[in-house]
Amino acid sequence: MDWMKIGSALLILAMIIFLFPRAKQMLKESPEAQPGDWQGAILPIMAVVGFVLLLIVML
Amino acid sequence: MNRLDYSIARPAADALQVNKVIKNTYMLLSATLFFSALMAAASVVISMPPMTYLLSIGGAMLLIWFVLPRTANSASGLAVVFGITGLMGFGLGPLLEAYLALPKGPQIVGTAFGGTGVIFLGLSGYALTTRKDFSFMGGFLFAGMLVVLIGALANIFLQMPAFSLAISAVVIMLMSGFILYDTSRMIHDRESNYVMMTVSLYLNIFNIFVSLLQILGMTSGDD
Repeated sequence: MDWMKIGSALLILAMIIFLFPRAKQMLKESPEAQPGDWQGAILPIMAVVGFVLLLIVML
Repeated sequence: MNRLDYSIARPAADALQVNKVIKNTYMLLSATLFFSALMAAASVVISMPPMTYLLSIGGAMLLIWFVLPRTANSASGLAVVFGITGLMGFGLGPLLEAYLALPKGPQIVGTAFGGTGVIFLGLSGYALTTRKDFSFMGGFLFAGMLVVLIGALANIFLQMPAFSLAISAVVIMLMSGFILYDTSRMIHDRESNYVMMTVSLYLNIFNIFVSLLQILGMTSGDD
């Protein structure tokens, strides 16, 4: 195993360790979604997916 | 009458504060993106070794975790933001060099660059014009990011190209969600700080660019 792989693994592990408490806190403290909220977020993200597919086809 | 005046003045003051945060964030973001691009170009020109990517990202993460939270409310926070974005841009050099060496390389890099710009402007514009509050997505986005990092860690050892492609696709979707979430934070979170917001938005843009580069590189048949 080369140093790049070991370094990448250590960096990602450090990110997981730092992100875990934040993710736990956010899961507890995030406000509940109201009806229609998720729709308002998913539609633009689906538009991004469509745009990326378009870029792949165009290239 | 005084109470009425106060109730009218308060939302106006809040709106001014929100506009100030948004204006400062986008101005600083533009400057850091330009600086980051300059650093990436310098890194390509002097042909830095592949390890540069890892060391630069590692250095930037250390600044984000340990220095930025302590300096975000002072003038030195600006220097830290340029340090973070400069390091991350410099780290992109070896990656860009590898993609530019492919037969369709310049086209792939250009498309990823333009595509990232369109995605960011579109999503940020959507969140700013609708003024929707996307704070409900916070838990989902952070948990999703955690799952992606665990997947990326596993793939260092598994070395599965299809899994790598899937991770990049999920990162683009998550970072798109983070753009909506962070932009709405500038509008709805009165404690939002433009230095922290700039770094958050920069990280979203950086991750979308790198993932798009990987997806376009793999699907163009040159990777």
